[in-house]
Amino acid sequence: MTVADSSSWKRPSVIPGFGMTFGFAMAYLSLIVLIPLGALVVRSASLGWDEYWRLALDPRTLAALRTSFGASLIAAVINAVFGLILAWVLVRYRFPGKRLIDSMIDLPFALPTAVAGISLSALYAPNGWFGALLEPLGITIAYRPAGIVVALVFVGLPFVVRTVQPVLADLDRELEEAAATLGAQRAQTIWRVILPPLVPAILTGFALALARAIGEYGSVIFIAGNIPFVSEIAPLLIVIRLEEFNYAAATAVASMMLAISFTMLLAINLIQAWSRRRFGHAV
Amino acid sequence: MAVAVTALPATAQTRLLNVSYDPTRELYRDYNAAFISHWKAKTGQTVVVQQSHGGSGAQARAVIDGLEADIVTLALEADIDAIAEKSGKLPANWKSRLPNNSSPYTSTIVFLVRKGNPKAIKDWDDLVKPGVAVITPNPKTSGGARWNVLAALAWARTKHGGDEAKATDFLRQLFANVPVLDTGARGSTTTFVQRGIGDVLLAWENEAFLALNELGPDKFEIVVPTISITAEPPVALVDDNARKRKTTEVAQAYLEYLYSADGQRIAAKHYYRPSKPELANPDDLKRFGTLKLATIADFGGWQAAQPKYFGDGGLFDQIYRAK
Repeated sequence: MTVADSSSWKRPSVIPGFGMTFGFAMAYLSLIVLIPLGALVVRSASLGWDEYWRLALDPRTLAALRTSFGASLIAAVINAVFGLILAWVLVRYRFPGKRLIDSMIDLPFALPTAVAGISLSALYAPNGWFGALLEPLGITIAYRPAGIVVALVFVGLPFVVRTVQPVLADLDRELEEAAATLGAQRAQTIWRVILPPLVPAILTGFALALARAIGEYGSVIFIAGNIPFVSEIAPLLIVIRLEEFNYAAATAVASMMLAISFTMLLAINLIQAWSRRRFGHAV
Repeated sequence: MAVAVTALPATAQTRLLNVSYDPTRELYRDYNAAFISHWKAKTGQTVVVQQSHGGSGAQARAVIDGLEADIVTLALEADIDAIAEKSGKLPANWKSRLPNNSSPYTSTIVFLVRKGNPKAIKDWDDLVKPGVAVITPNPKTSGGARWNVLAALAWARTKHGGDEAKATDFLRQLFANVPVLDTGARGSTTTFVQRGIGDVLLAWENEAFLALNELGPDKFEIVVPTISITAEPPVALVDDNARKRKTTEVAQAYLEYLYSADGQRIAAKHYYRPSKPELANPDDLKRFGTLKLATIADFGGWQAAQPKYFGDGGLFDQIYRAK
């Protein structure tokens, strides 16, 4: 996730073995990431440009991409805000059951997403525990785009908490006390003293939560409703293309997702690098 | 998953892998037991039948991608056609190798409604009324759901005297009443039954009976429309795999036994309509409603129907064009 420090390239180092470790890293990365992704690109290239753009810019593909990326962005923002609060509570306060709650944060990592999807849709369905309470208020979550956001918030939460938590724990309390003695108001302390060094960590957590949400399939299809142009996510469209035995069209959608995700993550990385320079804090 | 088998008959165990779709679990559990004892009595050989269940299209893809099925028993002819076409592991004329288009049992599409039928749903035109929510899986991801669409079309064609535009319009109205498109038939059943969404579930007859048995007839009832379609879930030997695994003979026998009295009786017991009803238990047959049944041949066969209705840019895609 970090931008490589270009100064270490080829300069003689006191620690030997860079060549070997770099070679290993590249070989490993190639096997696990680059070759499969390369195959994706090659497969969509076999379509030819005209056919590729027809499939990639098909209104339904665009609608699905909009749903996927829109819902993922909303979910990542929600996670950034509430993940920060959750991390704050876990770092700064002591209360009974804290260790238990702390370990529960990781559950969405471990849980099969389909299980999460089924449980969430059971809870938010009009006859479920939450759904039954919201229905009289005219709020429907399950089987609407809102349901997608709920599922994505669930799967993305641990990323923000787990990236912000250690930075928050390292944060010097004396800075806040100094700010207070110098006459800063609480809002000023939060805005000018506490938040700036947390920004890179929050951004990392945001980017991870976003990335996870974009690729999410299992938890979403149970709660989304899956109506084309309304609540159909891009990964489902990929599965639909596969069901048509149309591998090329599936990779066309996949490569669109890949390109957009990569651009977004690159942008987030650049903002992160900038904020690190600006505030001089490492994650 | 697949285990190598020695060629020596009677000494070694023979393993058969039957790759099937979701709602046949109960059926094949019974049938496998019957076939194993039949084969043992006939040849002295012990067969072990392994079952794999999943969405019909996904199962077909697994076989194309190398899952070594000796036999496929899927929801749609088009799925086996895809295996023949994409992998060449069985000939294109597979359908003519067994009686009845290689479908030893059939089913049809019926409605499952809530007890007392509060929305008074009797036939297909009741499904497009305002305020009626219809649950069906997505025909793009579910083989079963394609039969739902064709059943609706069969009714609409009869109603509108073969006017294709009106029939398409009926389908559009029908899907406008669908609030949730699950990816598979079991998902739709869950949405309707457990989540309480929708007024009517379009389901295979055998699935509807299963749901009724599971959940009690005090909660749901089956409504048989005037017109539906004969859903033909076909079976086929995957020649190349069977040859490689040296199971051709027993795999062929496994398929043929489906047409025997035993096979037909078991199919009827599990709410499939047997292709030779005279061999089945008459009490089982009494449970099926009577209705007019179209067939896939009325739609020009799956080779024509698949791209026309469910392919990329086909009728189903047109229904969901951007508004």
